[in-house]
Amino acid sequence: MSDQAKKIFTPFTDELVETLKIGDRILLSGFLYTARDAAHKRLVECIEKGEKFPFEPKGQVIYYVGPTPPRPGQVIGSAGPTTAYRMSKYAPKLIALGIKGFIGKGAVADETMEAMKKYKAVYFLATGGAGVYISQFITKSELVCYEDLGTEAVRKFEVVDMPVIVAQDCWGGNLFVEGRKKYSQLEK
Amino acid sequence: MGIEYRIIPLDKIKETLKNLVIEINSFLSPAMLEELENALKKEESETGKEILTQIINNFKLARDKKMPYCQDTGTCVVFLEIGERVKFDQEGLLECINQAVAEGYEEGYLRKSIVGDPLEKRVNTKTNTPAVLHTEIVPGDTFKISAMAKGSGCENMSSFKALPPAAGVEGVKKFVLDTVLNAGGNPCPPMILGVGLGGDFEKCALLAKKALFRELRNRHPNPYYANLEKELLELVNKSGVGPMGLGGRVTCLDVFIETFPTHIASLPVAVNVECHAHRTRTVEL
Repeated sequence: MSDQAKKIFTPFTDELVETLKIGDRILLSGFLYTARDAAHKRLVECIEKGEKFPFEPKGQVIYYVGPTPPRPGQVIGSAGPTTAYRMSKYAPKLIALGIKGFIGKGAVADETMEAMKKYKAVYFLATGGAGVYISQFITKSELVCYEDLGTEAVRKFEVVDMPVIVAQDCWGGNLFVEGRKKYSQLEK
Repeated sequence: MGIEYRIIPLDKIKETLKNLVIEINSFLSPAMLEELENALKKEESETGKEILTQIINNFKLARDKKMPYCQDTGTCVVFLEIGERVKFDQEGLLECINQAVAEGYEEGYLRKSIVGDPLEKRVNTKTNTPAVLHTEIVPGDTFKISAMAKGSGCENMSSFKALPPAAGVEGVKKFVLDTVLNAGGNPCPPMILGVGLGGDFEKCALLAKKALFRELRNRHPNPYYANLEKELLELVNKSGVGPMGLGGRVTCLDVFIETFPTHIASLPVAVNVECHAHRTRTVEL
């Protein structure tokens, strides 16, 4: 891991994605679109039916999150990441559409990694379970679509210096594999 | 000679459980904070240290701001220990439990994460009910309510296997380790493990869940299992999985075993994987 956190902004270009390597500490600013299981199902149905995508996907970053409801006066409730592998059925299709980054916890599946390499996209880890801590970096939240899904609706978040770590990069780098290899003390 | 019963008002149970679900979601136990601080001292990975620091910050923020520690405020799992000499002042215990959970999740600004049907419809019930309720009849006139907010990231990584008795303790260790290795970063390590040994299929899984209600660092009363808990903890912390699965020394904070007699042909083992958002508490009325 590099000592200095790198500040980057959404939307992403291929050139930016190519500079991001596993272990990089990132402070992310700009807009994120939230989506988890149920929203992904609808987003991909929307692509398959050739309907208009609910937001311009080019260069955007999806945050896998289902926040708690805000109290009066709050921007958002607790809002940490959810597990990424559950979206593996859908992620390659979104990457092909122009999505350049994802934030979640746990590793993304091999087929997502392949799409990340082919189309230049990156996967960031945010600290799972740190819902209140992460909510501090979310400065705005507005509904985009699928309000009926409750916590699973698609929202547009504005974030300022949200701390994330590059966990899997567009070069095939995988910090889950490298990190475990480095620290494992199990007999082979 | 009649038996003397203790009458417990359902309203009291409801109020207690409602407050309990709100409280456990924002304030984890002080022992948990100590364990996380110990973990930070032990961790060698820089990434791991950064993650543990964020988790400790989150613990304090959740406690001080009374906000949910994790956005996955979970399935609400409720265990009731009901003494044989306990009666309720009215009918409707199940409804009372679900109402307490629904009100607690609404008033506490907690996330509603339950869909009414698992496969066909998957529509959110918008109340976080029904709770998963387990009851146990015990001697005497005690009444205990235990509540847990169980996130699904970790619950999804739980596992069961009926080992052959010949697999022995080595088989048990291998199964627990394999569960942790397969889970990787998915269940939000540093994790806690509840291990059920014995019983049958469903009893074993229930033991594993129940084990998670034991207070941190409290060992099994039987020295053999107390020692096995320590060995398992040491073993899974050699896995290198580390905080959030990105590599490190601290994968697991504690392991709890619960056992039950079993069939001559079986050595059932269940592992209930719990995340660092370890939200359980027991109240005795």
